[in-house]
Parts: sequence; structure tokens; C-alpha cells
Amino acid sequence: MSGIHIAQLRKVYGDTIALHDIDLEVENGEVMALLGPSGCGKTTTLQLLAGFLRPDAGEIRVADRVVSTARSVVPPERRNMSLIFQSYAIWPHKTVRENVAFGLQVRSVARGEITRRVDRALATVRLDRLADRYPAELSGGQQQRVALARAMVVEPDILLLDEPLSNLDANLREEMRFEVRRLHDETGITMVYVTHDQAEAMVTADRIAVMNLGRIEQVATPYEVYERPTTQFVAAFIGRTNTLTGKVVSKGVVELDGLGVKVRAQDETGCASGEEVAVCIRPHQVLFERPANGANEIRGRVARSSYLGESRDYQVDIAAGQPRVRVTAPPALYVEVGQETTLFLPIEHCRVVIRS
Amino acid sequence: MIVLAVMVLVPICWLLLTSFQDPATQQLTFDNYRSAFTHSYLLDPIVNSFKMAFAVGLIAVGVGTPLAWLVSRTDMPGRRLLRPLILAGFVTPSFLGANAWIFLAAPNSGMVNNWIRDLFQVDHPVFNIYGLGGCIFVIALYSIPYTFSFVSATLELMSSELEDAATTLGSGTFRTTFSITLPLALPAILAGFVLSFLEAIELFGPPAFLMIPARQQVMTTQLYLFFSEFPPQIEVAAAYAMPLLLVTVTLLWVQRRLLGRRRFVTVSGKGGVRRRMALGRWRWPFAVLAFIPPFLSVLLPYFALLVVSLQRVWGKGVFSPGNLGLYWYKWAIFDNPTTRNAIEHSLEYSAAAATLSVVVATLVAYLVVRRLVLFAPALGFVAMAPFVVPGIVLAIGFLAAYSRPPLLLYGTPFILIAAYATRFLPIAYSNGQSILQGINIDLENAARTLGAGRLRSMWEITLPLLRRGILSGWLLVLIPALRELSASVFLFTPKTHVITTVIFDFSDAGNYEAVSTMGILMMLITFVIVIAAYRLMGRDLAARSSYA
Repeated sequence: MSGIHIAQLRKVYGDTIALHDIDLEVENGEVMALLGPSGCGKTTTLQLLAGFLRPDAGEIRVADRVVSTARSVVPPERRNMSLIFQSYAIWPHKTVRENVAFGLQVRSVARGEITRRVDRALATVRLDRLADRYPAELSGGQQQRVALARAMVVEPDILLLDEPLSNLDANLREEMRFEVRRLHDETGITMVYVTHDQAEAMVTADRIAVMNLGRIEQVATPYEVYERPTTQFVAAFIGRTNTLTGKVVSKGVVELDGLGVKVRAQDETGCASGEEVAVCIRPHQVLFERPANGANEIRGRVARSSYLGESRDYQVDIAAGQPRVRVTAPPALYVEVGQETTLFLPIEHCRVVIRS
Repeated sequence: MIVLAVMVLVPICWLLLTSFQDPATQQLTFDNYRSAFTHSYLLDPIVNSFKMAFAVGLIAVGVGTPLAWLVSRTDMPGRRLLRPLILAGFVTPSFLGANAWIFLAAPNSGMVNNWIRDLFQVDHPVFNIYGLGGCIFVIALYSIPYTFSFVSATLELMSSELEDAATTLGSGTFRTTFSITLPLALPAILAGFVLSFLEAIELFGPPAFLMIPARQQVMTTQLYLFFSEFPPQIEVAAAYAMPLLLVTVTLLWVQRRLLGRRRFVTVSGKGGVRRRMALGRWRWPFAVLAFIPPFLSVLLPYFALLVVSLQRVWGKGVFSPGNLGLYWYKWAIFDNPTTRNAIEHSLEYSAAAATLSVVVATLVAYLVVRRLVLFAPALGFVAMAPFVVPGIVLAIGFLAAYSRPPLLLYGTPFILIAAYATRFLPIAYSNGQSILQGINIDLENAARTLGAGRLRSMWEITLPLLRRGILSGWLLVLIPALRELSASVFLFTPKTHVITTVIFDFSDAGNYEAVSTMGILMMLITFVIVIAAYRLMGRDLAARSSYA
């Protein structure tokens, strides 16, 4: 069992707080993505997990073993976690085989056993024919595979990945996402995966922890963070969204700033009436025609339209102080720029989120 | 850490302390400063030193800047040949050049004087290399490469577009050169001036060879005299060394600020096109002028050294029967125990010093770059400190610190080894620092997540990756240590003679055939080591395949 329990973890650099007392549970065998913009604290979290940094408060437990507290840190070499680095960190002076064998040599595995396991690991990542090459002779994708093989051959309890695909070109990145997921499905290993790319997180992860400014905003499945975001940041960071600001009138009812219109929306925030919140809706869920179910109605004027082939994008002014509402409509639906129109916001797609 | 203290801190502290100590009673006093700076015969050398340094700086900049411009920015013929020739001046120790110029331009026996006498039938010598003027001439010759390499590096990075911008605004070619090109190169020119100035004020060899016979002194030769008198006045010498230390510290600080502030502004022409300026009918006249400095600093001196070393008796003439041959080489390598030992000592001490220096420097650099200990920046500062200490001043510090218990090193090889290692520690340290910074910390961390401890990661990952850098750092210390004169002269004893001190003694005794032979041998040894090392590294590269 190697679940990870992070409690009240804090890290401070000088006078900036990199992590604000975060809590996170990663279950055994789960792939957890830490997703967020740069500077959000995701890499700091990973470095703390790996044991390269000492927390200023809080603790990290793996299974029932405390590995990091402010007072003592189990060094990286005694955690049995493997880390895939953004730079791959393949040793240039060792061949592919020597790179992969290193962790087993450190563990004093018998020589025959090392050869057998290295061969198997290289075959898994389809590098068996390049075993005697030096890293400088490999492509980026191949180096990435060496890093995977090197990390997995020691059969770690936990695999940590730090933006592992960000140095690859777009095609290869897509391919490697599935490769990483396949690796997990074959081994069932617990993984923590740091990325700033939401598509990468959604393909590889069972759950996503969205981070911003040293805090975890939401931890949920890919489906949930997209469909049921709890904060304005999560809604905006995962896919495109419209956020209209307003005040809670009662549960599920928000009065929009500058319009005086009350809209009804899904509300799981538990915010009391009078609190400043935001209402989110995805562009493709905003309609120009009245739907069968109930919908909020807002008057506006079309400011811009662009034809994108598969769809038409509109930007609609609704009120001073509110951002333009973006609408993704079918290409056949045409509204003149400058025209007054009514937007329909289906109640089941409007969500109240905490303003951030 | 203790090693670092022994190498750097203890000598510098002793130097300061000694300068305030009464020789007899060991009590603190200002007497040393009083006796060092009140007698007029002790003030003249200080004036001479500054005169010399200014003159050398001006000549070096005045010659080095146009040379750099000609080689980097014009279509002057022979510019590809000129660069290695000028850099050959770089690797020639100036005290060797000084000796060569004694053979060339000593008033009575100098070859150039003889040629002129024979050609033009003049009866008095035209040149006299002895004295302040000759000394300035020789040091300036060997300082030109500093300005040359700084300025040409800047000019080569500067885009022609910067000049074109001026030309399109109606500025003529020479106006552009003077109002755009040169001002942009100004920081490099100033850096060249500062380094030449420092070199001139710190050097011991050329003034010792060229000025002492003319009964003129500069600060460094005066320091030497304090020691050659009996009893040696080490306390006064320590006090007398202080202005020297002050000047170097100040100038290097000034230079750092100059370079630090302007460098990035100047070198912003990345990716720009660089065209060479057509000199037209001035091509050949410029080429002839440009070859004069390397002719005077490299070709003529080596010719003189070779000619003198190949004659059994210099002065009998090359054509006198039985005079030409390898007599002195056989003598130096096989027959004479002093020279043979000196060669062995030089090799042993330099190798030991290079090893010590590189080990200490790499460890300190590792601690500093990886921020492993709290006081790491302070360690780095200490490792760089010898950079501002002239060799001769360092030697006095070593004498003050280690010619007494608890660590009595004077008279043993260890004082020379330690002095070399310390003097060139900054080279090894900055080399180590830059290669360590080039190694991504992830490479070490990867080993640690796979279960290797810090030591094992360093041994299996960091060290092998550092190997080439460490070897080059070792060479960077070994080569200057092989030809170190100004500290050696103070620290050697008859049992610990090295090549440079032997040359110094022979020159003192007027044994010029031996001087030139040892000088040529020293240069040969240096070249053999450099070539062998590059061969080794080259093979290493081929086997391991290159990695950027």
C-alpha cells in the first residue's frame, strides 16, 4: 500500500509563501495530476514529495510512514520513489543500458538479474535495440523512454513526474501521454504527475488537483473539474469559460453586477447570501434560441463575430463592468454584428463558483 | 576548509600582522611603515612602478586596439596568421622575453646593436635595453595580447548594422570607426588597460633582469632587495607591499564594475551580419605595421634564445668551428645536477600544486554552486581572494606565515607547492564553478531518487561528467605554475630550485647560454604537456561521443 497523505504542508522561500498549508490524499494506485500555471507551487510540492526540500510545516506520509516533517526528512534515496525530470536527466556519460541499470546496481542486485530486468524494461519502452547507444545519439522521445525505463526498473512504490512531456513536440507529446497511461495501467503504480497542460492532465490522470498561488483550488476527476468547477480559477483554467460576477441572493440565485438581472444557477459552494461570487458557463452552452428547459435570459449586442469553419464565435456585450460573453454557435446560425439579441443561459449549465 | 585557510587566509593575515610587528620585540608598531615610506630612496621605486605601469598600459592599448581592429574588422592580408602569433606572445613569460631582449639589445653584446654597427658603421650602441625604458618596452610587448583579445572579442560580436546605421546617416568610414566602433569597444579597451597596468606593477622578472643592472628599482625589485640584504627585513617588506596590494584590489574592483555594467549593452549584436572593411591600397602597409609587434615579441626573441642556446660560447659566432651544437641542452638535461633537479622539481611541484588547487577548488565550487552549506558564498570569496594578491606579496605572506612553527614549511617543497596552488586557485575555482553550473542538478537528483546517496551520486555521476573540465582546470594551473617566478624567487632554497629560479640565478651570473637553454626547455615542456593533454581529451571525446 503506498497512498500518499499530505497534511497542512507549507513551504516558504524568503518572504514568499510557495505553499499555503495544503492537504492532499493520493490513493494507492491512483494517478494524481498537479495542474496549474507556473509559480502555482506544483513543482515545489513534487520536490517536497521526492525529499529534495524540507517543509516549513505540516507532514507527508506514505502509507503509514512519515517521510517529511519540518524537523526531519527521509532523504530521496531512501524513499523508493522514482522521479521523471523535465530535463529527463539522462546521464550523458553512460549508455542507455548503463543508465537503466544504475538503480539496480545501487540496490546490489545480482548481475544476471540486472541484465534480465534491464532487458525487460527496455523492451517495455521499445528501446531494446538502442541499449548500447549514448544519450546524445537519441531523439527527445527516445530519451524520454530511457527516463521512464530507468525510473520503473527499480519497481518504485511511487512514480513522480515533473512536466515530463513539455520538451517534446506536439505529436510526440500526444503519443507519450497514452504511453504514460499505459505504463500505469500495466503496473498499477501510484503516480503524481505535474503539468501545466490541462489536456495532458485529463488524459493521464484519475484525479486532478488544480493549484493556484500555492493553494489547491479543487481536487476532482477530469470530468468533474471541467463540468463542475468550484472556483472561478478552475473554471477559467480548464477550458474556455464565461465568468459573470455578482452577489448571492439566495442559494442558486445570483444578481449580476451592472445588470440587476437575477440568474439561477447550480450552487454547491454553500455561499451565504450577499457574498461576491461568479457565475460560469461554457461558450458552447450559451444559446441564441430559447431551449426547451428553463434558461436565464440576458439582453446584449453582438460586438464581434468570427467564422471558424466548424463553428462561429461571437462576442456579445451585455453590460459595463461585465466581460463580453463568448458564444460558440453552429456555423449556420448567423447574427449580424451590432444587432441587439437575447442570450439564453440554460440553468443546468450555469454554475456558481467562488470568486478568485 | 582547513586547507583553504592554510592556503589563503593564514598568509594574508600574517602579512598584515607582520607589517605592524617590531622585528625584535614582536610588539605592534607603525615603525615598519615609517621606515618604508619616509626614505627617498624607497619612494623612487614607487614612482617608477607607477610610471612604468601607466606607460605599459598606454602602449598596450595604443598598439593592441588597432591590431584587434585590423584583424577582426578589415581585409588586411595575413590577419589569420597574425592572431596565433599575437597569442604566442601571450604564452611567452615576459621574464624570458626580457632575457631574449638582453641578447638582442644589450649595449655591447646585443645582436641588433651588432647588426646595426656592422651595417651602418656606427661606433656606439644604438639600443640599450637596461633601465626603465627598456623594461617598459619589454613588458608592453607582452601585455598587448590582453587588449588585443578583449577588443577583438568585442568587435567580433558587434554587428555591422550598428556601423551601417551611422553610415546611412551620412557618416564616413573613419568617422564611423571613431565615433561608433571604438566607443562600443571602450569597456574592452579599458579592461585591457587595467590588466596591462596591473601586470606591469606586479611583475618581478623583467624589472629584475633589466632594471637592477642599471641600478634602478621598482616596488617589486625593492621588495626583493629587502630580502637579499642581511638580515632580511621581512617586516618592512610587508609594510612596503601594502600599496601594491591596495592598487591591485582597487583596480580589479574598478575593472569588475566597468565590465559588469557595460558588457551586455555592447554585445547585443547577436545574429547580425559582420562585414570586413576594405582597406584598399592601405592593405599592405597596414599588414607590415601589424606584424611588427609579434615580430618583436615572438619571432625575434625566440630566434635570439635559440641562437644563444645552440652555441657553446655566445660571442664566438655561429660559424666558429665546434661552437654550434646541442652542448648546453646535454649539459642542462644530463650533466648538471642543478638544472636536472630543477626541471624535475618544476614538474613535480607544478603537478602537485595543480592537483591540490583543483581538488580544493572543485570541492569549494561544488559547495557554492549547490548551496550545500550556509557559509558557501564566503568560501567562494576566499577562493577568489588570491586573484587580487600579486605573486610577490603572496610570497611575503607565505614567508611570514610558514617560516615559523607550528607549520614550518620554509625550505621544503611544500611552501612552493602551496604558494603555486594558492596563487592560481582562482583560476581553478572559476573554471570549476562554470563547469559545475553547466551540469544540471537533475542529473544528480536522478541518481538520488534511484537510491544512491549524496556521495555515491557525486562519485558516479558528477565526477565523471566533470572529468574533462577538471583536466582543463588542472592544466590551467599547471602551466602558469611551471613558469612562476615572482613567488618562487622568495620561497626557494638551493634544495628546491625550479626552472625559473635557475634561470634567475644564471641570468644574475651572466651565464646566458644556460639561461636561453633553460628557457627553451621550459617552453618545450609546456607545449608537450598541452599537446599530450589535448590528445588525451580528444580521445576521451571520441570514445564517449560528444555531449553539449
